[in-house]
Amino acid sequence: MSLVSMTASVEPAEAAPAPANARLARVLRPALGFLLPVALAVFWEAAVRLGLSNGRLVPPPSVIWNTFVDLARTGELQQHAFATMWRVAWGFAFGVLAGTILGAITGYSALTHRVVDPTLQALRSIPSIAWVPLFILWFGIFEASKVILIAVGVFFPVYLGVMGAVTSVDRKIVEVGRVFRLSGVAMVRRILLPAVMPAYIISLRAGLGLGWMFVVAAEFLGASTGLGFLLIDGQQLGKPAQIVAAIVAFAILGKTTDWLIALTAAPFLRWEDRFARS
Amino acid sequence: MLVLDRVGKTYPNGVRALDGLSLAVAPGEILVVIGGSGCGKSTMLRAICGLDAPSQGRVALNGTTITAPHEQIGIIFQEPRLLPWLRVADNVGFGLEHRPRAERRARVERALDRVGLLDKAQVWPRELSGGQAQRVAIARALVPRPQVLLLDEPFSALDAFTRADLQDHLLDLWADAQPTLIMVTHDVEEAIVLADRIMVMRPRPGRLYEEIACDLPRPRDRQSAAFDFVKRRVLAALDRSLDRAVITDDGETRAVAGGGLWW
Repeated sequence: MSLVSMTASVEPAEAAPAPANARLARVLRPALGFLLPVALAVFWEAAVRLGLSNGRLVPPPSVIWNTFVDLARTGELQQHAFATMWRVAWGFAFGVLAGTILGAITGYSALTHRVVDPTLQALRSIPSIAWVPLFILWFGIFEASKVILIAVGVFFPVYLGVMGAVTSVDRKIVEVGRVFRLSGVAMVRRILLPAVMPAYIISLRAGLGLGWMFVVAAEFLGASTGLGFLLIDGQQLGKPAQIVAAIVAFAILGKTTDWLIALTAAPFLRWEDRFARS
Repeated sequence: MLVLDRVGKTYPNGVRALDGLSLAVAPGEILVVIGGSGCGKSTMLRAICGLDAPSQGRVALNGTTITAPHEQIGIIFQEPRLLPWLRVADNVGFGLEHRPRAERRARVERALDRVGLLDKAQVWPRELSGGQAQRVAIARALVPRPQVLLLDEPFSALDAFTRADLQDHLLDLWADAQPTLIMVTHDVEEAIVLADRIMVMRPRPGRLYEEIACDLPRPRDRQSAAFDFVKRRVLAALDRSLDRAVITDDGETRAVAGGGLWW
């Protein structure tokens, strides 16, 4: 509500001198993105309060908020969120490790690329969920199969990102390294690593996004903890507010972890245009 | 003394870029190589700096055969090729990584001062203009104090004014330690402004076509008759070096013969 009234106050500000107006516009422009969701939330809350809808299948924001707070107060939310984060963390770690190593090798060596890449590309075209039955047979129904499924999801964007970045390192920049007689290790540290860094960070973020996607799939298939379990549980017990609360928790965790990667990477990418200007 | 002994280069696709080129360049000499495209100028520089090994013959600096990049041979490319993730000062100090920090900083500072970019030391390369970036590249190549500096059309991407400015600047810098300079260019005036000796090459296969000494007093006045005279001579040699002119070789030679009086 307050955001709506804030944007409405832009109009009187137009009478103010130009600099103040520009400053206000700069503050308010990002806030414009909130306008639509907030308006929708307010509208739905009002509709339920006024009895226009019973809000049973689509609970109003206040009910979702209460569910969220209740789940947090009992510690359930933290427990499930932690279980999910634990799986994503391990899956992400394994996926990134494998993707980075294989991507670097196939990017660096043309022979390995010819031998390994076609197989990996073929595997990539399999919808990863199709692995689930096999993984359950192989690794059981507990954590291992879930972590491995997530790792598979994380692996491919990282692998492709690293391989593409290494192959496309500018030959001219590598020649600078050669002219200054860099050894193999120094070449990697001083030329190749910084050169692939921007693409690598992007692939990590893409990989993490897929990791969050795959953890839901993994938790749909027989878990007794995790945010994905909360979703299924909410469906089976007819508690839509719990489902939305779990979705909100996913959104918060996904956005936060992505932001953490971007934040950690920012000092390494200051030389790039887009980070320098932020 | 830098010596090329019957250096040849045949690329895997069968193109003979360079054919039996022999050459000796004295310490401190400024040699400018000029010629039509595909005459092996860049191939020659890449062989000298050890980036691409020649297929025949050898390159030697003070008797040592060059097979890989050598610390006494620096190169400046057509593009600045600065490392975008290093600030200007770190780019200039790129070749001094193994030196103590204090020495490195002092030498980088002096080099940046010499190219007039001391105030840009902490700036990212992307914030530089084309001319500034090329000056940083020059500083980077000169900081390790090479005996031989190779320049592969270093100013060709710059506007005429910046180019003239950098040519003067290059001579200033050269005067500091007087390294051997070997520069490839397409620009005849640039060649005459800089060179002690101009080497005209001809294409397919790349060969030395004609050498023209250039001993006008420095600084050289582009408007002077003597400058113009050398320019005509180089242009005539360039014309003859191209296949279409070879047919009329005699006539062309006679046309230039007037220059023989002065020469």
